[in-house]
Amino acid sequence: MPAPIRLRELIRTIRTARTQAEEREMIQKECAAIRSSFREEDNTYRCRNVAKLLYMHMLGYPAHFGQLECLKLIASQKFTDKRIGYLGAMLLLDERQDVHLLMTNCIKNDLNHSTQYVQGLALCTLGCMGSSEMCRDLAGEVEKLLKTSNSYLRKKAALCAVHVIRKVPELMEMFLPATKNLLSEKNHGVLHTSVVLLTEMCERSPDMLAHFRKLVPQLVRILKNLIMSGYSPEHDVSGISDPFLQVRILRLLRILGKSDDDSSEAMNDILAQVATNTETSKNVGNAILYETVLTIMDIKSESGLRVLAINILGRFLLNNDKNIRYVALTSLLKTVQTDHNAVQRHRSTIVDCLKDLDVSIKRRAMELSFALVNGNNIRGMMKELLYFLDSCDPEFKADCASGVFLAAEKYAPSKRWHIDTIMRVLTTAGSYVRDDSVPNLIQLITNSVEMHAYTVQRLYKALLDDISQQPLVQVASWCIGEYGDLLVSGQCEEEEPIQVTEDEVLDVLEGLLVSNLSAAVTRGYSLTAIMKLSTRFSGVNRIKKVVSIYGSSIDVELQQRAVEYNALFKKYDHMRPALLERMPIMEKSASNGPTEIVQTNGETEPSVVDSKHPPPVSQPANQANDLLDLLGGNDVVPVIQTTVPTKPASAGGELLDLLGDLSLTIPPMTAYNKNGLKIDFTFERANPNPNVAVITIHASNSTEADMTDFVFQAAVPKTFQLQLLSPSSNVVPALNQGTVTQVIRVLNPQKQQLRMRIKLTYTLKGSPVQDLAEVNNFPPQSWQ
Amino acid sequence: MIRFMLMVNRQGQTRLSRYYQPVELSRRAQLEADVVRCCLSRRKDQCSFVDYKDFKLVYRQYAALYVVVGVTDNENELSVYELLHNFVEVLDKYFSRIMFNLDRVHIILDEMIQNGHVVETNKSRVLAPLTALDKMADG
Repeated sequence: MPAPIRLRELIRTIRTARTQAEEREMIQKECAAIRSSFREEDNTYRCRNVAKLLYMHMLGYPAHFGQLECLKLIASQKFTDKRIGYLGAMLLLDERQDVHLLMTNCIKNDLNHSTQYVQGLALCTLGCMGSSEMCRDLAGEVEKLLKTSNSYLRKKAALCAVHVIRKVPELMEMFLPATKNLLSEKNHGVLHTSVVLLTEMCERSPDMLAHFRKLVPQLVRILKNLIMSGYSPEHDVSGISDPFLQVRILRLLRILGKSDDDSSEAMNDILAQVATNTETSKNVGNAILYETVLTIMDIKSESGLRVLAINILGRFLLNNDKNIRYVALTSLLKTVQTDHNAVQRHRSTIVDCLKDLDVSIKRRAMELSFALVNGNNIRGMMKELLYFLDSCDPEFKADCASGVFLAAEKYAPSKRWHIDTIMRVLTTAGSYVRDDSVPNLIQLITNSVEMHAYTVQRLYKALLDDISQQPLVQVASWCIGEYGDLLVSGQCEEEEPIQVTEDEVLDVLEGLLVSNLSAAVTRGYSLTAIMKLSTRFSGVNRIKKVVSIYGSSIDVELQQRAVEYNALFKKYDHMRPALLERMPIMEKSASNGPTEIVQTNGETEPSVVDSKHPPPVSQPANQANDLLDLLGGNDVVPVIQTTVPTKPASAGGELLDLLGDLSLTIPPMTAYNKNGLKIDFTFERANPNPNVAVITIHASNSTEADMTDFVFQAAVPKTFQLQLLSPSSNVVPALNQGTVTQVIRVLNPQKQQLRMRIKLTYTLKGSPVQDLAEVNNFPPQSWQ
Repeated sequence: MIRFMLMVNRQGQTRLSRYYQPVELSRRAQLEADVVRCCLSRRKDQCSFVDYKDFKLVYRQYAALYVVVGVTDNENELSVYELLHNFVEVLDKYFSRIMFNLDRVHIILDEMIQNGHVVETNKSRVLAPLTALDKMADG
């Protein structure tokens, strides 16, 4: 068998493949070669083969057959083999594979190896994919390595400890003594990773946080040395000495100083120093400044420092580099709640950012602008924001529109301005406006009584221009329906009144009904509007004709409305004016108020608010499936047991009160009687709906021991609907001392014979019992 | 912390991928394609930081190669940006042509970033074990 090709050549060959198919073919051939080589247990070339396998894995091809080979490589003595073996383990294995546990022993041995590089490998792998069991076993070794003087190992051990803590938080205390000396190291690598370890510990446990607060002076000193020391070739990045370490220390200081006055005070000086001394010409300096600003914002710093921070952010905003502007906008957004006034000073720059080309910047500028809107700057800001709304991408329009509405509602200087703004939004971004804004707008319009004429006129004009934006059309047709008389009479103080005749108005509304652009909801709105105009306009015949045409519409909603309106014309004409008169001013109610009123148009339909209808809780689907399995051939609909947390057996009691005398007409029956458990059914008829039978089950237990975890489930044939309310308790006391009651409601629209299958589960004397039964002996009165 | 690191060429082919948080194989290809599409479609004058799903992407272009890193929200983006540059400089120092020595690149990456956090940023210290390894392989 010729020697397997090297990784380099494999990559080269794969690169020459011109199509996906060709590449797949090459890879399959190579995989086959590798597999046969593995089978031959070839030690010399194993590492080469696994390396190739890793490359193919990266391209997306399955490589699981290499997992065991990785383990063999790890166990070998050669460093090159171990290297590839551990790399393979990190890439191919994770906690979910069972194979990874086999590595534990190898890692343990390697952690105590004589060569530091091997120890480093083991630490790296453990830190990358160690599972909680592995971490528990090997934590002691890691801790030992954390105390060693070898800086190469110490830094890796620190990060490994981070992983161990993440997986097994209880072991955190174990690493505590080792951390004492970590910060006195000179080696920056160790310093860096120790800061990471400390950060992780502080984030996880508030006790640790309190404990490490005393390290603040030491951290401050390290930071000072970094800044003050001159050029050091080892860690220099563009003229700044080890910026990564600086950033990390700043972050740890942030966590330590968060709600603590003393620590914050200790940090004030150094933060000011960093903020003023760092060079801002390169990205590196800006990175440090950014972290400093974040820290200043989070700790309890003095106000001078905060102003300094916001000024730095302001300077960032003026920078040409997009990245920096992005970063500045993000942090301003975080601080705008607390330091509102300071941020206001930069408002104009922020508004300019709205015009930037970059999507991320635009989004942040938009959010920040909304946060900065207040009573003083509302007019100017709104102008800019509306302009932005016109020109921005569709993904922003929905958010921008809702933001505009909110801001307008809070700070509108005058009603007319408010309505103008809303109209502008509707005409420019109408189709992106959220659904719930239509009722809100309508409610707003009704509230501003003096503006009705003006509003309806403007809406009418907007409708003439464009009928494609559904929310605009809906609001407009509602308003025309309500205030059509104002429109026709041409009285309007605010603007030039336009001359509109009744026919023109009806033309427009009928146009909406037939247009393809109108959604079903919009059609409903316009039909109702036309109907309302019958009391406000004089020419009723046209309206009658329209309404009767739609009496045979295919759309069920329209048909229903038209038929009802027709009936109004014919039989209840005397009631029509009263029903269709002006809507009263609506109160701002939570969710359902305006929508219901709009759609029922003053006709009070009996709102069947079924207060006994609790929200269905996601009972594990397997229970329902069990019943399905048991019930086999019959088309039976499984039942989800609904649990109402605050309505115990009193629900059953209320029903009984409602029904009073009716309860006596249907005799109770025994549904199940076995092994000491007896279940009785008593019947009532639910009053509002005669098709619903309400059954109360009474479970009693005649054995000597209590039945605990009692669960009653029922299933009925497809033509029925079943609803189970929550039981009074799930312990059936022994010796008939008490009963468990539960209410079942069965809807039986087709008046078929009631059948039911029940499943009972309970625990008796420690052993679980399950039973099924069919209940067929329902008295005829219960379902007729 | 760093969630993953990718090196992709302009055609969208992955040259290097390293995940610090487990992602299933089937989802990886899609994730990589998505991320790459996001970065390739951006122009030169646009910001290097993109919001993607629930984390941030920081990317940098070097000639025909894009280096993309996915980080969690609390990370300092500018710092990660510098880190990318540092990484590429280290690679530059060691290699003449990067991509034919994938395992070596992984070794370097491991020396610099472990478990999503930065270990070492000093170039000579990062390359020390690698030079030792080379000497062992040759000798």
